[in-house]
Amino acid sequence: MEKLILRKVPNASEEMLLNFGPQHPSTHGVINFLVDTDGEVMKKAIPDVGYLHRSIEKIAEQVGYAGFMPYTDRVDYVAAMFANEGWAIAVEKLLKIEVPPRAQYLRAIAGELCRIASHLVSTGTMATDIGATTPLVHALREREALNDLIEALCGARLTYNYHRIGGVAFDLPEGWSDRVLRYLDHFETLLVEWDRLISYNHIYVKRLANVAVIPREMAVDYGLVGPNLRGSGMDWDVRRDVPYGAYPDFKFDVPVGRGFKGVSGDAFDRYYVRVLEMRESAKIVRQALEKIPDGEITAKVPRKIKPEPGEVLSRVESARGEMAYYVVSDGTEKPWRVRIRTGSYLAMGIIEDVSRGLMVADLVALIASLDVVAPEIDR
Amino acid sequence: MNTPASVSPTPYAPKYTPKWLVGLTLAAAIGIPGAILGAILLLTPIVQPATLDAITREWLGQDPATWYWRPWLGAGMLALVAFVLVNFGAIFSGMCVWYERRVAGRMQSRIGPNRQGLGGFLVWIADAVKMLLKEDLVPADADALVFRSAPYFVLLGFALTLVVTPFGQSLIVADLNVGIMYITSITALVVVGVLLSGWASNSKWALFGGMRSAAQVISYEIPAGIAIFVPVLMAGTLSMQGIAAAQGGLPWEWFIFRNPAAFIAFFILFTAQLAESNRTPFDLPEAESELVAGYLSEFSGFRFALLMLAEYGNIWVLSVIGSILFLGGWQIPFVGNEVYANLRGTGVLPSAAWFGLQAVSMAVLVVKAAFLSNVIVWLRWTLPRIRVDQMMALSWKYLVPAAFGCFVVTLLWEIAAVEAPAISTITGYVLTAGALLLLVLFVRQIFRNIAAVQGDKLDLSNW
Repeated sequence: MEKLILRKVPNASEEMLLNFGPQHPSTHGVINFLVDTDGEVMKKAIPDVGYLHRSIEKIAEQVGYAGFMPYTDRVDYVAAMFANEGWAIAVEKLLKIEVPPRAQYLRAIAGELCRIASHLVSTGTMATDIGATTPLVHALREREALNDLIEALCGARLTYNYHRIGGVAFDLPEGWSDRVLRYLDHFETLLVEWDRLISYNHIYVKRLANVAVIPREMAVDYGLVGPNLRGSGMDWDVRRDVPYGAYPDFKFDVPVGRGFKGVSGDAFDRYYVRVLEMRESAKIVRQALEKIPDGEITAKVPRKIKPEPGEVLSRVESARGEMAYYVVSDGTEKPWRVRIRTGSYLAMGIIEDVSRGLMVADLVALIASLDVVAPEIDR
Repeated sequence: MNTPASVSPTPYAPKYTPKWLVGLTLAAAIGIPGAILGAILLLTPIVQPATLDAITREWLGQDPATWYWRPWLGAGMLALVAFVLVNFGAIFSGMCVWYERRVAGRMQSRIGPNRQGLGGFLVWIADAVKMLLKEDLVPADADALVFRSAPYFVLLGFALTLVVTPFGQSLIVADLNVGIMYITSITALVVVGVLLSGWASNSKWALFGGMRSAAQVISYEIPAGIAIFVPVLMAGTLSMQGIAAAQGGLPWEWFIFRNPAAFIAFFILFTAQLAESNRTPFDLPEAESELVAGYLSEFSGFRFALLMLAEYGNIWVLSVIGSILFLGGWQIPFVGNEVYANLRGTGVLPSAAWFGLQAVSMAVLVVKAAFLSNVIVWLRWTLPRIRVDQMMALSWKYLVPAAFGCFVVTLLWEIAAVEAPAISTITGYVLTAGALLLLVLFVRQIFRNIAAVQGDKLDLSNW
């Protein structure tokens, strides 16, 4: 990677090095992009990550299994529920604990509400990055309502710390499911409004369709996950294909980009897959609230968590795609090694190749359509 | 049902506004624009050379041709009018900022400014005071002289247009016979200022913004310039007042409905002028999500205020040009152009009735301009931003050929209208009816959109 040069003497090639970040309105956190531009056209954009590195994986080796749960919230604070869930599942696999069905349903409900909230932020900021400021405020208004619901469930609005090893922390509050159902009625009308407000706006479609195309093979080669992968036409969802928790009980579709407005794998497909996923998540929450069984919300877990030596891999479908926890235990009270594989980090790898020949304005669309969240990149 | 029940109201909203503050707000909201428009109403007829000569002869007892102080009297009066007009620009842009923020708040289901006075109306005064008190920062590596002077080019490009923008039938500082050409040429000064500020800031974002602005303004001046020639051809004059006088007060007497090509030319002109004044969807030079703040990045304090003043003031200029050229300008329905001359009287100063009629014509123009400004504000909070290449393509591939087409059609139309004058009248009625139908369909579509989202229940309580 080129050295970070703030003031570069112009060379004969007449290209300008632009530091797109670390503080920039549309980098979605502290990320720097070294952009080589020839006027409005980019030669390439190289992501320079690491500004938000907090050694979360190393912390896990110090605080032990139960104590690491609040730290996982900070892996991805826009969709913290999935980071919780991935860690919980990994440790449960190590301990060979069976999670009670009610807890699995609660995990699914909380997770899908969180997915809706995260996708609202993603699609809203995407509209803002394209220049329409109104949709973001509408999306944040809806997210506030979701935050209220999640707060009633687990007492926190952003860093939930809801999951426990062997279950979840709290059962459903009284009257909560009615509130959620009432909200979902409202939310489905909102999605209609959302499409009318921004998705089918002619300028918006023109800005996103056929822009920053990631073909299916390329997406697979670079290991893209989640909506980014599905936006490229690859039909893969961990919830359906490697089921975990309560997900085998639910009927839901996996939206796949098929060139809604342009070619398959363009920025609009990645955007619209998220919009469609919100509807599917609402469907899952409805089914889960209908079918939720009675029973315990935590399994019997030993007070001192001391798994057998061994290694496990847990996979959950986070809002930003497949999130994997790889945990190695050496038989002590603390994990020997923890590794988190996140969607945003994988998405950063593809930017340099996709960005060649795009306009500077398209870089903004590309970053937004990949839905990167800075803490998830660096951890 | 638009707002979910679980959203709690903001806890810090003031419970009520004190009575004195309500009074102060209302006084400011009515008094400030009233005073400035009143000053324009009184001063612009007086500053005309003929009136000044009459005053010199009748009241001062001097021969205007030989009196030594006669040029100084004219210059002094012009300086006074210039002061009033620049203040008008500042006050309009300030109030427009407040209005835009309130509208944005409504459209985005949030509150908007609501602390400084009733409805937050005094916020623009507070903003202005704040900006004056801020440090006037010049970046270390900037070209200081150019950086400091750039806002004045922008301000000049805006303020000089007010010389020929009418406020009413006789309310114009100088009714130049090249009026509309003067405006198109003088607004080019704005791009000089923007380019200078982009270059002198020594910031890559500012440079990007400045270059984008230059490309944009120069590209869009061409369709705008050609579209302007449609009403010029129809009126047979370049003078702003002449173009307005050639129209009538009723909608089917406006140029926009007199000729199908003019109907298209109005929208070409409106789009091109949106681009020239850097408004959404053409706000590329200051695209926040791409260029941080574009050419405004390094400005602060007073200089930033000047740039913003010119930007919002251009909304007024744009709206007035649109309404004068196409929407009948200051024409009052059922009041012909000869009524003004009859009412004037023979005195040194025009009669009070004449001033009253001028005030009505001013009100007509202000209402039309305010409507167009409102549309511009709506657009900003509705549309995304287009990309640079799309912006250039729109101008060169679509607007320029379309404007040329309108120009040629208007030429032929005018020849035909000489042979058969009835076609303009008939077209006026037909197009007005068509526009009314479009309006009805538009309103119906709004209600349908609301119904699709909210069901049968129509809830406009947010308004």
